[in-house]
Amino acid sequence: MDFHLTNEQQMLRKMYREFAENEVKPLAEEIDEEERFPMETVEKMAKLGMMGIYFPKEYGGAGGDVLSYAMAVEELAKVCGTTAVIVSAHTSLCCAPIFENGTEEQKKKYLPDLLSGRKIGAFGLTEPNAGTDASGQQTTAVLEGDHYVLNGSKCFITNGNVADTFVVFAMTDKSKGNHGISAFIVEKSFPGFSTGKHEKKMGIRGSSTCDLIFEDCIVPKENLLGREGKGFKIAMQTLDGGRIGIAAQALGLGEGAVNEAIKYTQERVQFGRRLSQFQNTQFQLADMHTRMQAAQYLVYAAAMKKQNHEDYSMDASMAKLFAAEAASDVTRRAVQLFGGYGYTREYPVERMMRDAKITEIYEGTSEVQRMVISSRLGVK
Amino acid sequence: MKIIVSIKQVPDTSGKVAVNPDGTLNRASMQTITNPDDMNALEAALKVKDATGCKVIVVTMGPAPAAGMLREALAMGADEAYLVSAREFGGSDTYATSQILAAAINTIGVEKDDVVMCGRQAIDGDTAQVGPQIAEKLHLPQVTYAADIQKDGDTITVKRMLEDGYMTIKVQTPCLITCIKELNEPRYMSVGGVFEAYSKPLTTFDYNSLKDDPLIDATTIGLKGSPTNIFKSFTPPQKGAGQMLEGADKATCEKLAGILVSKHII
Repeated sequence: MDFHLTNEQQMLRKMYREFAENEVKPLAEEIDEEERFPMETVEKMAKLGMMGIYFPKEYGGAGGDVLSYAMAVEELAKVCGTTAVIVSAHTSLCCAPIFENGTEEQKKKYLPDLLSGRKIGAFGLTEPNAGTDASGQQTTAVLEGDHYVLNGSKCFITNGNVADTFVVFAMTDKSKGNHGISAFIVEKSFPGFSTGKHEKKMGIRGSSTCDLIFEDCIVPKENLLGREGKGFKIAMQTLDGGRIGIAAQALGLGEGAVNEAIKYTQERVQFGRRLSQFQNTQFQLADMHTRMQAAQYLVYAAAMKKQNHEDYSMDASMAKLFAAEAASDVTRRAVQLFGGYGYTREYPVERMMRDAKITEIYEGTSEVQRMVISSRLGVK
Repeated sequence: MKIIVSIKQVPDTSGKVAVNPDGTLNRASMQTITNPDDMNALEAALKVKDATGCKVIVVTMGPAPAAGMLREALAMGADEAYLVSAREFGGSDTYATSQILAAAINTIGVEKDDVVMCGRQAIDGDTAQVGPQIAEKLHLPQVTYAADIQKDGDTITVKRMLEDGYMTIKVQTPCLITCIKELNEPRYMSVGGVFEAYSKPLTTFDYNSLKDDPLIDATTIGLKGSPTNIFKSFTPPQKGAGQMLEGADKATCEKLAGILVSKHII
């Protein structure tokens, strides 16, 4: 696989890095501390085309490619895990399923506002009793004339409180199991739709995570996404793409922690020597960097396969599994290298460690990724 | 209407400045950036473009890698770029550089409605001479140290920031304006802009492209045509942080007046 970045990708990396350093990093500690959604950053990213990177210009996208999108999430996550997941959930979980499954009317109606960042998107699949077992959907959708009536609730919805447009899954025919699930495009203004409690989380604390509640929610018939009964397939396909975004977030978090640890250990003096002069530090940093470099290859490979319309499902799972576990390990080691200071909120590594943990859980736990990979290997 | 912005690739002096034994800058060993004041000039031009739809052209003189900087300017929103690059132009001081850039701008063409914009000065040489010299050689009126620019038809009102105050003047187009960092906050490249940057025109002016311009004469360009000899290059010492007094109460004001009196300022 050719990992040579194009001129455009190199230029974008520079732009993302400058933006992250100047606009995102200064807010990272504050939004974590205050559990505040950084709307001002979203507005800035929208102006730069970062809310619709790999979608065609005809729908309001920036006309880029999937790797350029993964690199954006990576560079944001190096300084702020929250900002990275806002872009990832919006792009991979809402824009992508509408672009890939929507009718021309749906694309023209919803994508320009989403891709330009005028509106934020979210994805509603998880329910209190349907997490890893997504097939256990209890939210129902009943067709009544020219509209569906949705009833039920969703939980742990990233961007939930700030989104305008949701891709939501509900049972249209319980007797058919997975084949009875359908996908819908729901606007927050639809009657019967509301959002519930904001989750207080361990990490990515600036991101909005809440319940979605549907009480006789009226969804026009034309907002069915794909055909009736195709919802489970759309959800799984969407999560394949989402895993590239989360893998990129994990990648950035780990890389950011390595950068912080290199900087700190070159300054901190103990026993009359800089920490970086101790072989333990050198070996730790060598291992940490190697793990993140390996993660980068997996993430970029998955992104390039998606871009080239190749089957990338197992690649996305491997990238997310490896990057998430590497990020958790590397951020934990970074805290250890910082010692007591690493455990304080004065330095960013404890935040990175808290942020990294979620990448092993959401959009398919590491255990689910292992299920996907082993099933692709034909291991039964 | 079009705006021609002259920009320069300079060493990133936020890192370590490397100097050759002969006193010149060791550019090869340093990271490069677009000169900060030039970014303000480009932003000023792009703002006019946002408001009026005018064309923005960037021009630079430098070695081939400077094309990367021009592509970044195109990704920010400039429409066309010109790289002025030839062995004959190497070693030029500000006199020779402005001679060559003036010839390049002449070749692009300056019409009645047009404006040429430059940064006040480059962070490598700190001379602030190239902009004004281009204006002289093109016989354009010039306004330096622009901290605010308002365009109304063919009249431009410029607020100049000087050491001891502001001066507001009006100038007719065509003219040349040099810009300072207080003028604006340069924008980032946009994702869409990056993907368009490589399809926008970037033309190279070599010696043959410019040699017929009356300003180009072997005795006034390149190292031979440069009257300046570098005596020594060095990083200027940092200015002190100064003393800040906070508060608007009488005691603070008296303290401030006391300090100014003790330094014989008032």
